[in-house]
Amino acid sequence: MGLFWLRKPEFYWDINLNHDMLARNPGNRSLSPGSTMLINYLASSSFSLTVLFCLSLSLRLSQGYEDWLRHKADCSINECPVDVVQRGKVVRTQSHKLRVGDIVVVREDETFPCDLILLSSSRHDGTCYVTTTSLDGESSHKTYYAVPDTMAFRTEQEVDSLHATIECEQPQPDLYKFVGRINIYKDKEEPVARPLGAENLLLRGATLKNTHHIYGTVAVYTGMETKMALNYQSKSQKRSAVEKSMNAFLIVYLCILISKAVINTVLKYAWQWSPDRDEPWYNHRTENERQRHVVIRAFTDFLAFMVLFNYIIPVSMYVTVEMQKFLGSYFITWDEEMFDEELGEGAQVNTSDLNEELGQVEYVFTDKTGTLTENNMEFIECCVDGNVYIPHAICNGQILSAASSIDMIDSSPGGYRRDLFFRALCLCHTVQVKEEETVDGIKRGIHQGRPTSFYISSSPDEVALVEGMKRLGYTYLRLKDNYMEILNKDDEIERFELLHVLNFDSVRRRMSVIVKSSSGEYLLFCKGADSSIFPRVVSGKVEQVKARVEQNAVEGLRTLCVAYKRLSHSEYEEACHHLTTAKLALQDREQRLAQAYDIIERDFVLLGATAVEDRLQEKAADTIESLHKAGMKVWVLTGDKMETAAATCYASKLFRRSTQILELTKKRTEEQSLHDVLFELNRTVLRQRSISGLSVDCLDFGLIIDGATLSAVLKPNQEGAGPGNYREIFLEICRNCSAVLCCRMAPLQKAQIVKLIKASKEHPITLAIGDGANDVSMILEAHVGIGIMGKEGRQAARNSDYAIPKFKHLKKMLLVHGHYYYIRIAELVQYFFYKNVCFIFPQFLYQFFCGFSQQPLYDTAYLTLYNISFTSLPILLYSLVEQHVTMETLKKDPSLYRDIAKNSLLRWPVFLYWTCLGVFDAVIFFFGAYFLFDNTTFTSNGQMFGNWTFGTLVFTVLVFTVTLKLALDTHHWTWINHFVIWGSLLFYVIFSLLWGGIIWPFLNYQRMYYVFMQMLSSGPAWLSIILLITVSLLPDVIKKVLCRTMCPTATERLTDFFLLCSFFSFLPSRCTLMDHHNHNSHHPPSPSLLSPFFLFFNFLSSLSPLLLLFPPTAPVCACDSALCTRSLFLGVTAVHSPVPYCGAVHHLHAFSVLQQNEFLIGPERGERSTKRR
Amino acid sequence: MIGAMMASSYNEDGHITVSGPGGGTLRSKKPENTAFKQQRLPAWQPILTAGTVLPAFFIIGLIFIPIGIGLYVTSNNIKEFEIDYTGEDVSSPCFNCSQSFSWNSTRPCTCVIPFYLEQPYESSVFMYYGLSNFYQNHRRYVKSRDDSQLNGDMESLLKPSKECEPYAMNENKPIAPCGAIANSMFNDTFELFYNDPNGTKVQIPLSNTGIAWWTDKHVKFRNPGLNNPNLTAAFQGTTKPVNWRRPVYELDSAPDNNGFINEDFIVWMRTAALPTFRKLYRIINKTSNMVPTLPRGNYTLEVVYNYPVRSFDGRKRMILSTISWMGGKNPFLGIAYITVGSVCFFLGVVLLIIHHKCGNRSNSADISN
Repeated sequence: MGLFWLRKPEFYWDINLNHDMLARNPGNRSLSPGSTMLINYLASSSFSLTVLFCLSLSLRLSQGYEDWLRHKADCSINECPVDVVQRGKVVRTQSHKLRVGDIVVVREDETFPCDLILLSSSRHDGTCYVTTTSLDGESSHKTYYAVPDTMAFRTEQEVDSLHATIECEQPQPDLYKFVGRINIYKDKEEPVARPLGAENLLLRGATLKNTHHIYGTVAVYTGMETKMALNYQSKSQKRSAVEKSMNAFLIVYLCILISKAVINTVLKYAWQWSPDRDEPWYNHRTENERQRHVVIRAFTDFLAFMVLFNYIIPVSMYVTVEMQKFLGSYFITWDEEMFDEELGEGAQVNTSDLNEELGQVEYVFTDKTGTLTENNMEFIECCVDGNVYIPHAICNGQILSAASSIDMIDSSPGGYRRDLFFRALCLCHTVQVKEEETVDGIKRGIHQGRPTSFYISSSPDEVALVEGMKRLGYTYLRLKDNYMEILNKDDEIERFELLHVLNFDSVRRRMSVIVKSSSGEYLLFCKGADSSIFPRVVSGKVEQVKARVEQNAVEGLRTLCVAYKRLSHSEYEEACHHLTTAKLALQDREQRLAQAYDIIERDFVLLGATAVEDRLQEKAADTIESLHKAGMKVWVLTGDKMETAAATCYASKLFRRSTQILELTKKRTEEQSLHDVLFELNRTVLRQRSISGLSVDCLDFGLIIDGATLSAVLKPNQEGAGPGNYREIFLEICRNCSAVLCCRMAPLQKAQIVKLIKASKEHPITLAIGDGANDVSMILEAHVGIGIMGKEGRQAARNSDYAIPKFKHLKKMLLVHGHYYYIRIAELVQYFFYKNVCFIFPQFLYQFFCGFSQQPLYDTAYLTLYNISFTSLPILLYSLVEQHVTMETLKKDPSLYRDIAKNSLLRWPVFLYWTCLGVFDAVIFFFGAYFLFDNTTFTSNGQMFGNWTFGTLVFTVLVFTVTLKLALDTHHWTWINHFVIWGSLLFYVIFSLLWGGIIWPFLNYQRMYYVFMQMLSSGPAWLSIILLITVSLLPDVIKKVLCRTMCPTATERLTDFFLLCSFFSFLPSRCTLMDHHNHNSHHPPSPSLLSPFFLFFNFLSSLSPLLLLFPPTAPVCACDSALCTRSLFLGVTAVHSPVPYCGAVHHLHAFSVLQQNEFLIGPERGERSTKRR
Repeated sequence: MIGAMMASSYNEDGHITVSGPGGGTLRSKKPENTAFKQQRLPAWQPILTAGTVLPAFFIIGLIFIPIGIGLYVTSNNIKEFEIDYTGEDVSSPCFNCSQSFSWNSTRPCTCVIPFYLEQPYESSVFMYYGLSNFYQNHRRYVKSRDDSQLNGDMESLLKPSKECEPYAMNENKPIAPCGAIANSMFNDTFELFYNDPNGTKVQIPLSNTGIAWWTDKHVKFRNPGLNNPNLTAAFQGTTKPVNWRRPVYELDSAPDNNGFINEDFIVWMRTAALPTFRKLYRIINKTSNMVPTLPRGNYTLEVVYNYPVRSFDGRKRMILSTISWMGGKNPFLGIAYITVGSVCFFLGVVLLIIHHKCGNRSNSADISN
């Protein structure tokens, strides 16, 4: 934790104090030398200790709360009952008493208490069904297999008699990987070794379904070693850019603190050089103090100054920031617009630490499938040997059994190959059939009186394919006793014995099954990406299929190729041998399996290809367009084919028609060397930039790169002193491209790209968004990881920092929430430093007038409560509800996001401004009071005020100024703001009256008695308070107004404009100005409002909440419709011509309106443009 | 059981919403559509533009300048007269006293200072003593007191707080009042005489009541032993502060101005904010409307010179001042108000010009685009 070490000195001092407090009890009069100095500021009040306690308590408030929830959950899990087999009997115990090696009985719908090896199941085939919803979010039932040798066990006694050992790998978090071996000893024979894989391992947290009970051993992992627990371990802590600048500022303040203390100590000793100043006759030291060595004295003085000035380090800022983040993140979860009705879920916040980072994103890395697209696959067509088949009745999700619905475009007798193709698709998958289920007493899935079933798979493509086959006449019925049953188009049931499944993985990008047909043939069917199938094909109509595949890909369809291979018995035996040895291996099993697959999956005969459509998600294009306008660079990283991906990119407006596409693909690098291609592209980009000069966006570039080329680019330069690093050139090209498409990416490559951009010299803030397990690596790598609650399980959502239901929600997340959070936290941080400078700097100045004696200017209660009660709530609530512009404006004009890019509100100049403002205010407070007190009286009865009145005067001005400064910064006055701002000022007054109002019996000093009241009874005190507050606020107001007038930000221009709009809304009829969107001249002018009438109006409207209390929804520019059309017309023709009949007021603003019309974008705009496409 | 749970999970759209990974609790997760949760609370959205600020500047200017003028005039009407009687200079009447100072001298040294008031002082006149370079706000000094002792607490009277060190005990007796502040109480005394033009010396009556805060005298400071009329008995067992000539119960003859509630003592105990300060010494009450309180003419100030300041380069002054509703003479506030008012007014004008020019420029710039 970056902040802890910085906080340490604080704690150190205060712990010291604590210690001294204890030593202060009566009777113990001999104090340690250093202690008296330290005590005097804070010791007399027990406040600061309580307060410190509160601080440290609330410091980890949010994390603590989460921890507590986790602890509660842990307890309930620890105590939940578990049935264990002991000495042939089932004994009930608590789950935390489970030990490795226990045999556990789990019944239906129970959750596994730990990671178990399935020994036997109540199902006869030794399988059991499990849902892993709570682990990875997949709701489908997964099948797990018992160890073959023990699957026959039926009773507890039999299970108990088992004598076996299990070897397994060290615990590791991957849910889908497990390597182990079980050695079963039977009556002094050689032990039998069986392989154990992920399919034997029941994971803790998963639930048993459709199986009466199972026996399993706690073979592997219990407690914190289970895969679930390993997965819950905290991910690497991400720190936001704001937090980094916060810590940098803190270091500056720490230096200021130390230098202040050093300066004062040095000055003190210089000043005290003459003994009459050091110890005048009226102010002697005690004997003890006199005897102390001068070095010790100087050191204790230094420490005392540190204690006196320590408030300049805003400890409470960290508490407030934590609270702001924790509470603020609720606005994301509460957001109705980010709630998805279909999923029934809204946005989730997994880490609240990064809220403000959402406003800083420069690069967006998005996955394609499931993120940009729906991942709702629809079978479009298949092509067998060049003949295309299209199921003509497309009923989304519903299955038509009519075989007659096959519409053959190219109806040549396909014959055997066609049927084989259909069979291949029916067999080569991992789809499960879910029997129709009774839900709420309503039978779902009954179609035409015949019960049908649902297909469930972790991959929606497979479901689409199997359903497509069903529409083409081949229905996959079920997997029963290792036989796959297919209902062919003649309504006959064909049975194939399933021998092996060569599972899909993203490296191979294909999967295969080996089946034995009823006629005894061994067949291997393989389906996979074209790039992984074509090289392995030896015969078949490759050319025709390839052409069709490419055509489909261009249309943006997802294509898969299907191939088969006939195996002779001996070949099959050999394949079997490869597979089993690989599966049995304890080490490098993955690698060996891959080798085995590689050997088996070759020499295919090509059957054909399929095309599945994955539609773009709703408003995906609009979202990407907004992100572009907001100045973000969007990269699409996908595993898909280049053509498919490129089509999606065009559809989603990532590439426009005007975009010049640069290709960096394998195809090109085969022709030229990588080196040449890179340099050529770089030249193109640079030339373009030099030509276009100022107007940058007249032509934008899009880059397409594929995985193979990328790895070549990223490969460290072996030639050593080659012509520079490719990496740099590549980055240079990327920097000049507004959109980049990376296709054919492996999951790890996605993370590599993110890392590459993160490490580039600008250190941009990156965001990765994805929905699948393959996106997890990049989600974890990026500064902000966003998961989409997609169909491919929940891994992405679980590992992300934020999870949203749909891609379109990213727009609001970044443009609205991110923007707000950033503005809020930036103000919070700056304001905290500012108010502590204001607070402590007068104390520093006071030292020059009190002989550097560490005399505090303010009373202890004020010192302690300043940050805790008087000024804390307004800023906290400000940082929760501030909206500098309305949500609609932010959504409509994404370019406002550029205003806050690159941490613009927390840069050093801004920080310096705030600090200088703080110092200025502090000087005003102190010297204002000083000149007022200077050798005169300001009561009407001639009585004098003392030092505590002086301090109280300064403090009153301070509290009011600091709070009013925040009020000046508040753009959004809800009742909450009114309540906390005026409330905390009122609280200050009431507290002061009370604090000085009585003799407090528990205090040993009464210095504040009636001080505040006496001060208020004096006229000049009031006058000077008003004067000093005005003077302190003046420079900030001037700065604000000047900045707004001279160099307004886009946001400010826009709000100025809406001020105009609200002005117009007094007119009766309304019209909405539609846009003629023009990207170039995007900024409305600051209107010339110099008519005295307008000034007056402005002033009125700023004073009266009534006039501007506009419903923040839909700030429609309303004006007289005649004027409206007229000015639009003028916008095209002659700008300067006055509008004669609009009257004086209209005249004044005619062109403001027409120039601003371009960003008054109707809500229809986005949709319209999508349709046009 | 599942059936029952499912049945309750239909919301009005007919969608089944299952929440929680275990599907244990079934409830709609749809966020509430409240103004607060959706961040749509009605709000007033003021904008600080030149348009809104300009009038405010002018208004501030228009309000502040008259106030400032009023304050300045009031301050100027206040009459103040100050004499430095430290006695640094050989020609000063107090030179001898200042030179011959010693702590244990029993004979008081008196010096007589003549002065001339050029203007008559109407209404009540306040007499202050002023000290310079005296650090009453030194931390060690400020804390060196025991408020509960001063509040009449018997326990603290006999056992002063250790904050008072090294002025807590003397010769094994507790000091009352303890601490450095009390110990260094100002003990010069002034007497003022009017030299009548006919040659007689008229002593001007000086009132010593009403110079301390009412609350201090009546609540914060109390003599020990509550209503014990015999103060000497109440302070039994304590000793006087080292530098004092008399014990605390002999500060004044009037019983309601003696002991801890002696007003001179209370005034001294309110530590000053800055090293140069003045404290109220006496009030010369207005006698009648006809004659000025202090008519123009020659006066003599008789000082019993007890208080040493030369060791720390201090100065001592006696100040006579009249008071207005805004206190003593302090031109600073008036000048500050006038300055701030004018600056605001000026800024208003400047902003107006800038705004005018800038507004035009940016408008035309945008049009040319």
